[in-house]
Amino acid sequence: MQSKPEPALRLARSDAPARLDPPAPRLTDSDVERNPGMPLDLDMVRALRVNRSAVERRASTIPTRRTVKKEWQAAWLLRAVSLIDLTTLAGDDTAGNVKRLCAKAARPVRLDLVDALGVADLELTVGAVCVYHAMVPTAVVALEGTGIPVAAVSTGFPAGLSPIEERVREIRASVAAGAKEIDIVITRGNVLTGNWQALYDEVRLFREACGDAHMKSILATGELATLGNVARASMVAMMAGSDFIKTSTGKEGVNATLPFSLVMVRMIRDYFQQTGYAVGYKPAGGIRSAKSALEYLYLMKDELGDRWLKPDLFRFGASSLLTDIERQLEHFVTGRYSAAHRHPMV
Amino acid sequence: MTSVRDIFDTMEYGPAPESDTLAREWLAKHDAKFGHFIGGAWTKASNTFDITNPATARRIAQTSQGAKRDVDAAVKAARKALPAWQALGGHGRARFLYALARAVQRNARLLAVLESMDNGKSIRETRDIDIPLVARHLYHHAGWAQLLETEFEGRHGAGVVGQIIPWNFPLLMMSWKVAPALAAGCTIIIKPAEFTPLTALLFAELAESVGLPAGVLNVLTGDGDTGAAIVAHDGVDKIAFTGSTEVGRIIRKATAGSGKKLSLELGGKSPFIVFDDADLDSVVEGVVDAIWFNQGQVCCAGSRLLVQEGIADRLYAKLRARMETLRLGSPLDKSVDMGAIVAPVQLERIRTLVEQGKTEGADFWQPSWACPTEGCFYPPTLFTNVQPSSSIAQVEIFGPVLVAMTFRTPGEAVELANNTQYGLAASVWSESINLALDIAPKIKAGVVWINSTNLFDAAAGFGGYRESGFGREGGREGMYEYLARDRTDEGTDDLAVGRAAKASARIGARAAAKASAKPIRRAAELDDPDRGPLVDRTAKLFIGGKQTRPDSGYSARVLGPNGHVLGEVGDGNRKDIRNAVEAAHAAYGAWSKATGHNRAQILYYIAENLAARSSEFAARISAMTGGDGEAEVEACVRRLFTYGAWADKYDGLVHQVPMRGVALAMNEPIGVMGLVAPDEYPLLGLISVIGPTIAVGNTVVVVPSEKAPLAATDFYQVLETSDLPAGVVNIVTGVKDALAKTLAEHDDVDAVWYFGARDGVKAVELASAGNMKRTFAEWELRSWMSSVEGEGRDFLREATQVKNIWIPYGE
Repeated sequence: MQSKPEPALRLARSDAPARLDPPAPRLTDSDVERNPGMPLDLDMVRALRVNRSAVERRASTIPTRRTVKKEWQAAWLLRAVSLIDLTTLAGDDTAGNVKRLCAKAARPVRLDLVDALGVADLELTVGAVCVYHAMVPTAVVALEGTGIPVAAVSTGFPAGLSPIEERVREIRASVAAGAKEIDIVITRGNVLTGNWQALYDEVRLFREACGDAHMKSILATGELATLGNVARASMVAMMAGSDFIKTSTGKEGVNATLPFSLVMVRMIRDYFQQTGYAVGYKPAGGIRSAKSALEYLYLMKDELGDRWLKPDLFRFGASSLLTDIERQLEHFVTGRYSAAHRHPMV
Repeated sequence: MTSVRDIFDTMEYGPAPESDTLAREWLAKHDAKFGHFIGGAWTKASNTFDITNPATARRIAQTSQGAKRDVDAAVKAARKALPAWQALGGHGRARFLYALARAVQRNARLLAVLESMDNGKSIRETRDIDIPLVARHLYHHAGWAQLLETEFEGRHGAGVVGQIIPWNFPLLMMSWKVAPALAAGCTIIIKPAEFTPLTALLFAELAESVGLPAGVLNVLTGDGDTGAAIVAHDGVDKIAFTGSTEVGRIIRKATAGSGKKLSLELGGKSPFIVFDDADLDSVVEGVVDAIWFNQGQVCCAGSRLLVQEGIADRLYAKLRARMETLRLGSPLDKSVDMGAIVAPVQLERIRTLVEQGKTEGADFWQPSWACPTEGCFYPPTLFTNVQPSSSIAQVEIFGPVLVAMTFRTPGEAVELANNTQYGLAASVWSESINLALDIAPKIKAGVVWINSTNLFDAAAGFGGYRESGFGREGGREGMYEYLARDRTDEGTDDLAVGRAAKASARIGARAAAKASAKPIRRAAELDDPDRGPLVDRTAKLFIGGKQTRPDSGYSARVLGPNGHVLGEVGDGNRKDIRNAVEAAHAAYGAWSKATGHNRAQILYYIAENLAARSSEFAARISAMTGGDGEAEVEACVRRLFTYGAWADKYDGLVHQVPMRGVALAMNEPIGVMGLVAPDEYPLLGLISVIGPTIAVGNTVVVVPSEKAPLAATDFYQVLETSDLPAGVVNIVTGVKDALAKTLAEHDDVDAVWYFGARDGVKAVELASAGNMKRTFAEWELRSWMSSVEGEGRDFLREATQVKNIWIPYGE
């Protein structure tokens, strides 16, 4: 049990424990230095351990250990609004409904409520508008002057199984059309077969194609079978240079959940401590209620800290969520329960 | 006032108070003054003491100090209610338990808020953990009441029970005590802790409201004096206590020789073992649930963090980061992780021990945030670089203080884990099923959680090894604590034999030999008229597989029923016991790990070798007792077969606990056992105590019949020829009660069985308090010849302790 005496001569040891002092953080209150990625470290990936039962136990108490009420709840919900990637990803999308979505993105909360809440100076908007490539030009025009970026889902979304050249071309086309953010999908088969090199190479390639556009890597956690796979895929995606990691396309059987999220944000924390680069997180799919949004905010605040509560490091992929938040905000203002039809539709 | 606009920027948590209005109304309805609940009625408040909310240091109620006359009244009421309550039957009692479960659920929030105000624990815990578990316990035991007659055939409720419970989980501990007692058909006098009596009083009201018959449940408030009066009361048949080892020891002594059943759930210093292949982020949350749950005021708190050296610094860094995000504050705030410490005296104890830890050189760390200065609060605390020799590594702090030390190998982890006088619980973290399931059985603790911690359920037994107490709460194993067996041997010949033996034993064999006025005469059967005397035989002690002479160098004569000398037997003393216990320890490792099949073969082989010499043993027994030696040897062979049969069949259980996983209730040997055999059957008595204990893997030191020991000393030759490993059975002849006392006082003996006089029972039970060893001591006669009374599951249960291993699974 005694600690060994220090050797007189310090030798470089291959089995030296991992560095304990984290490198300098590459972010400030207002800026996040983009994650350049790092060489694939298979030792690190394979050493990851996730205990599902323990993760689920922790995840189940996130909603019960924290709550915000009154002014705090209103403020937190407004913050949640600013974090939404307001999304439409339907086969029947047209210019009409995309324009409507963009208008809502720019003015997400009724002005009388904004005034009553005393937050007019925020000029509150959502975090981004997220559409298919075909709708990017429409959205770019509709959002002109608002500062709201357009995000495009890409790379053969949602399955991601089209030819690799086409997937890379798709990214370039969306960026050329004005998308500032690209939500790529990974090849799930690479995770299920443990082909981490292939996964790394694929994401790296996508990142290069993105150029200055920020890249969110969708892991499709509902199709990765185990939480261990979710952890490993998260880590490889970050090593390959993802700006965000994102749970789901919204098209899988199971989309964002707190256990998936807990595993992914723990990986973000580990990566940050190892490299100093902050990677963002985006749960998507299935987050429809204000209460559920708050639970994700508790998770981010407690696991990663306040810095991860800003749009450059956290987004919700959602659409109907906004309406529920508006109802809760109106309830806070009036003291009466609200109705969806009282708020301009998304 | 803080504006929405400001909070938008700071994203701070705000206040989120749970309303205490209804709880205050309930208190006001009683003028915040309470008497006792005795015989279905409330006494007038008298001799009151203050109940304080530890978070605010304000008085919230006054309750009465229970006096001797209150205890008398409560016992009288319970005694009066007992016959009808037992006669009601399992189903009738199940209906009441069901009604209580439902009543708790209907009043769940009131109970949760009141509990938080009374104890200082967070509303999140009382709302999500304590109160739901209370309801769960009542439901589960409604089930045992329903099944009692079929699943516990031949048993009945133990009678009037006295229950004394602690302040850390006031209502939950009450349900753990009350539910099995009600199910079994016992009537109850329960005393909640003096700091936290309010939910017990509210529960009494609920019992009233569901129409529980008067006198079935009596609630007395008060301090330790009230508890002592309950413990001492002659009208109580069983005592159940949860609390400190210190008080448990007092109760063990107070009940010694009283014939009261006793179960004790005491302190702990439970290890939390982390291997380098564990999911460290989950480990951190495990630690939060282990030592910062209920402010660390948990008897089974994982308070000793044992971490594999290579990952220690990484884990400590993660832990410190997590401690920074814990929130401590008003217990009724729905956003806090930690509430208040129950009382200033506890806070002071924590502070003193922490100061001691600093002085002893461990590295101290607390998070940077400020702890409230009003009320009884203490921040989460981590000590690293702690050595096993430091007091904070040994003493139960009962606060939010974690002490951490490192290990190099799994073997060293087990050694450190077991390096404690306690044995309540343990937590093992590894992603390797081989490693985790290898470690779990090696840890001396009643509960082992794999990759989890502080999981409780009514279906799984809870209770300790070593000085953490004995008896189990929850599960099938917990029901036995409130049941007594129906006697089937009243008036048999067998008991007459026992009575006769007892009468002569009272004089004392040695005293008889000494006092005998007759000249010392050899018994006729020792001489052969044709060849002169038979070849002289010296009966020795049998220790570590060797026949040894007694340390004292003295022998005692053994007389037959006619007063003639049959031989001499070694006069064993303390040192022989010491040597025998050491031999038993040396044998324990291999014997406890031997397979049941292996132990069975040896037991059968002993039977075979005894049968081959049956006429010799029969003659020896007859010469000593004048009884039917042939019948006794025949019974011995059968008994050995019985335990040979049981050796590979005394299975544990797989409990259905509400999670994805299992809780394995494993029957484990207790360790090294001291056995003091009954006098009435020289050989059958010996085999009746050796058989069950070694069948399940204990090693034993046995003191045979003092009066008729020569069958036992002949018997070691049988053991020697039966492949029994050296040290598994050690035989020390001599003065029964003196040797029994030495065994009971020995701190490295884990349990003692004693069959003999009431004084001897008392002496054994008194002495056992030293290391809180388990005892199975009877002065009432048993029908040893009977296959119902003389052998079987009751003996096996006394020879084992149940370890519940919780194994959550899922990838």
